[in-house]
Amino acid sequence: MESDLELLNRLRDGDEEAFVMLVNRYQQPMLRLARSMVPNQAVAEEAVQDTWMGVVRGLERFEGRSSFKTWLFRILTNRARTAGSREHNQRKIESRHAVDPARFNLHGQWAEPVDRWVEESEDRLEAAVWAPVLKSALGDLPPRQRQVVVLRDVEGLSNDEVCAVLDLSSGNQRILLHRGRTRLREILQARIGQG
Amino acid sequence: MLRLRRNDIVCQQAVELVTDYLEGVLSRRDRQRLEAHLRACPNCSTYLDQIRMTIRLTGEIDAESLPPEAQADLVELYRSWLSD
Repeated sequence: MESDLELLNRLRDGDEEAFVMLVNRYQQPMLRLARSMVPNQAVAEEAVQDTWMGVVRGLERFEGRSSFKTWLFRILTNRARTAGSREHNQRKIESRHAVDPARFNLHGQWAEPVDRWVEESEDRLEAAVWAPVLKSALGDLPPRQRQVVVLRDVEGLSNDEVCAVLDLSSGNQRILLHRGRTRLREILQARIGQG
Repeated sequence: MLRLRRNDIVCQQAVELVTDYLEGVLSRRDRQRLEAHLRACPNCSTYLDQIRMTIRLTGEIDAESLPPEAQADLVELYRSWLSD
C-alpha cells in the first residue's frame, strides 16, 4: 500500500487517482470524528467535504512535520467546530422546522389562518420589489443551503445537475433545498405580513 | 375540531412534505395523503402557494446581482471545475 506521503506527492503533481485513494482511506474515519462533534449527519458530511477542499487548497502548505492524518484531522476538527457552532447558533434563532412550531395548535393544525400573499395588493409581489429582500436573505443562508437554492432556483439547474456540481446525494440536496426555500418563505412572510 | 383518521396527516407534517412533493419524490401513498390534506385544508394550500411564489420570485432575481456570498460561491465552483 502506498504511504500517505507518496499519495500526497502524486496529488501535488495533479494525480486525481491519488486523491480518490486518500478519500477512500480517510472518508469513514473523518465522518465518524465529525459526527461526534456536530448535531447531525448532514453537517458532519459538510465538514468532511469542506476539509477535502481545504486539503486541496492547502496542499502546498503541508510541510510534513506532522503526519498527514494529524494534519487532516486537525483541519476537520476546526471545520466541524465552526460548522457545529454555526448550526447551533442558527438553531437558536430559527428552528429547523419549515414553520415555527408556535404557529400550530396541539393537534398540529394551523393556529391562525395563513395569509394569502396576493390578495392584499397586486403590485406587492412584483419581482423587482422583493428582489432586494430575497437577495439579502440568500446572503444570510448557511452556505450549503444558499448554494443549492441559487443553483436550483436562480440558475435553474436540475436536481441531478446540482447533485453533480456540489457532490451531494439527492436526499441531502432536498434537505438543503427544503431548509433554504422555507427560510426564504419565512422572511417574505414576515415582510409581507408587516407591510 | 377535525377528527383525525389513522392515515390523515396534520398541517405541521404537511409543511415538511412540500419540497418532496414539488420534487415529485413522495411515495404514491404519501402523495395521496398530502393531496387529500391540501384539498381539505385552505391554510396548507395557501402555504403551498407561498412556497411556489417564493420559488418564482427567487427565480426572477437577476443572477448578475446576486449577493456577494452567492457570487463568491459560484466563482469558486467555476474555478474548481476549470481545475478538474
